[in-house]
Amino acid sequence: MADNDHTKEIQESVRTAAASGTALFVHGGNTKAFYGRAITGKSLDVRAHRGIVSYEPTELVVSARAGTPLTELEAALNECGQMLPFEPPHFGEAATLGGAVSCGLSGPARPYAGSVRDFVLGVVCVNGQGERLSFGGQVMKNVAGYDISRLMVGAMGTLGVLLEISLKVLPRPVHETTLALPMDAASAISTMNAWASQPLPVSASCYDGEVLRVRLSGSESGVRSAQQKIGGEQAQDGHAFWTDLRELQLPFFRNDAPLWRISVPATTPAPDNNEPWLLDWGGAQRWLVSARDARAIRKDASAAGGHAVLFRGGDRSGEVFHPLAPTLETIHRRLKEAFDPKGILNPGRLYKEW
Amino acid sequence: MSDLASQTQPVKQADKQAVAAALREVLPPEAVLYDEEDVRPYECDGLSAYRKLPMIVVLPDTVAQVQHVMRVCNERKVPVVARGAGTGLSGGALPHPEGVLLSLAKFNRILEIDTANCIARVQPGVRNLAISQAVATNKLYYAPDPSSQIACSIGGNVAENAGGVHCLKYGLTVHNIQSLDVVTIDGELVKIGGNGLDSPGYDLLALMTGSEGMLGVIVEVTVKLLPQPEAVQLVLAAFDDIENAGNAVAQIIAAGIIPAGLEMMDNPAIRATEDFVHANYPVDAAGILLCEVDGTAEEVAEQIKRVEKVLGNCGATEIRKARDEQERLLFWSGRKAAFPAVGRISPDYYCIDGTIPRRSLAEVLAKIAVLSKEYGLRVPNVFHAGDGNLHPLILYDANHPGELERTEDLAGKILELCIAVGGTITGEHGVGVEKINQMCLQFDKAELTQFHAVKAAFDPQGLLNPGKAVPTLHRCAEFGAMHVHGGKLPHPDIPRF
Repeated sequence: MADNDHTKEIQESVRTAAASGTALFVHGGNTKAFYGRAITGKSLDVRAHRGIVSYEPTELVVSARAGTPLTELEAALNECGQMLPFEPPHFGEAATLGGAVSCGLSGPARPYAGSVRDFVLGVVCVNGQGERLSFGGQVMKNVAGYDISRLMVGAMGTLGVLLEISLKVLPRPVHETTLALPMDAASAISTMNAWASQPLPVSASCYDGEVLRVRLSGSESGVRSAQQKIGGEQAQDGHAFWTDLRELQLPFFRNDAPLWRISVPATTPAPDNNEPWLLDWGGAQRWLVSARDARAIRKDASAAGGHAVLFRGGDRSGEVFHPLAPTLETIHRRLKEAFDPKGILNPGRLYKEW
Repeated sequence: MSDLASQTQPVKQADKQAVAAALREVLPPEAVLYDEEDVRPYECDGLSAYRKLPMIVVLPDTVAQVQHVMRVCNERKVPVVARGAGTGLSGGALPHPEGVLLSLAKFNRILEIDTANCIARVQPGVRNLAISQAVATNKLYYAPDPSSQIACSIGGNVAENAGGVHCLKYGLTVHNIQSLDVVTIDGELVKIGGNGLDSPGYDLLALMTGSEGMLGVIVEVTVKLLPQPEAVQLVLAAFDDIENAGNAVAQIIAAGIIPAGLEMMDNPAIRATEDFVHANYPVDAAGILLCEVDGTAEEVAEQIKRVEKVLGNCGATEIRKARDEQERLLFWSGRKAAFPAVGRISPDYYCIDGTIPRRSLAEVLAKIAVLSKEYGLRVPNVFHAGDGNLHPLILYDANHPGELERTEDLAGKILELCIAVGGTITGEHGVGVEKINQMCLQFDKAELTQFHAVKAAFDPQGLLNPGKAVPTLHRCAEFGAMHVHGGKLPHPDIPRF
């Protein structure tokens, strides 16, 4: 597998770019190129740096290079009855582990199992000066040094080029079932909130405007008993529904208008306008198709104590992520400078100015 | 003994009276202490081997007062060390002799319990266990449960990213908090994280967690609450060979079971705790495993059967299922009281916090036993077996000249052993001053430099908890002059010995 170790080449590319002040566009399979701000830069493709470095199922830890295709990684885990509990969206065959971690996106299980950052144990990365750095490790508990591994999650490659990521993995549930309960939006929100405060094996819940779907995962007897408490009909499209939701392939998402991801407290009341929206994550992640002014959408999200991301479409040259409070913005700029003093790693991908 | 002054940037000796006067402009006089008898109680945290008197102790009780303290210290370049309940085990709250010790003891209120969103908004001085107690009637709880949970405060838990016996399934502090209110060194109040499940920008919530008071002072924490599991069952298994016990842990996980708690104790630890709490442990066993499963009643019944089968297959000499809640708590009481129990059989003990890949357990324990003989110091072991976090407890007597130094030396050797098998020098207690030298072994120059750059992004003057958590390169150069890093000696071309 030595052929797949391109650490030196990646370091060299970064060093060269740093020396000449050339902006780099760091990427894997480009399946999430639509996400974040549109930027130009010299391509630094990390796909050749690939392969699972170590995987010990009984340690519940896998380490893989950033260019490893997600499908390859998930297949290897599946063979041992394990999985990535945060259900990363792929958005295409070419999706890589590095891209999934850099974008920091998690699937329908997120409110119940945790997010991608919750499962990151360590990273090896190259900072903006071309130095190879290793943070965290391959063990569950590690508080030596600042938690830079998790800081990399969702940083959109602006702090470092990921080389290798170690993740905690979990056994696949023995049994899974999806129930469908038709109801109105207000009832759907209160029902999802009520489930969240009870010891039920809920692993996903989504309301599409008509039907509340809930996925139960666990032992067969545990799922069956929860099924009786929850009621509803067994959904025939169970597994496919959650995959389509994760991949934004449901009919709801087949739309060219700007797609917003609104992250708010799960108890936030349903929007009363007539725009198409869909509730995921037990109500904590809301998808909205809207051409409305960004400021208005962000104002609503802020009022609810959350934030809004222009997830897909719309103006990719403006700010797509929610603006930061001034003090936070200062800390962000300084952190960016701390990792990438020349500002060459995906500059502008996260926020316009840096 | 650590020479703290040598780790810190030179700090100009500030005029104590002038700083105190500036602090009293906003803080009431009784909240600013500087007479020796008043500041003496703050000279150490849970790691009492290290002691320093702070120049001044402040006890603010509003966020505005904390902001004032930070502004005064920032303007006058006075170091600030934040302190919660003072139960930390790595000297993270060890005072700075020329600095202000900022106690958050008065921030002890639970501000809001939001059962619909399963969160609680609390001040940093609230005790860990008090949160679970406050929400128990709602059938909710706060998951991380460090053994010191009766006394330790949530602010300190965040600063150290505290764990506990239930981390394997429910995660560490970083997995169980939603937002923080932090006062920066220049006195600004910032919200990190948000009211939803994520927030825009970098994951500063993760960065702040476990940052040991080096980046800001936490003045409010929003924690996530979980529904109390419907059913809990605990099995105790005895083994006559520690390797079998280690293998049983791997096999339980291989069977697809994630226990809520999975703890191991070796024979010396079993004996010490049994004498102390009379948990009815099998005192002749080489090791015992405590395996707790939680979930729905059906799930627990199903999984416990499988756990018992696996334990039997792995050579357990005895398997006991707790008959009732009382016995379950009794079985746990020994494990949770391991530290005080050891404190009873030895004048002093030194707790180590390495994490190792579980597969290396037998090897590491065997090597610790060899080291223990070599140094003539007893070392009982308690082990968060599920997540690989090992707590060897070195027994010593500080009154015997040289014994503390030998203990520290042995502790260093054990931490180096943890690094050598692919683990880490600290799983949940933090680096503080205690493990600062071993940081030089775990991280290289570029990595340490990156840590310092991160620190500078928050604290350009280096005033927050100086000398802790991340060693200076100079210190590492001195410590590491003859040390092996990554299997290579520094400057291998230089002839030695």
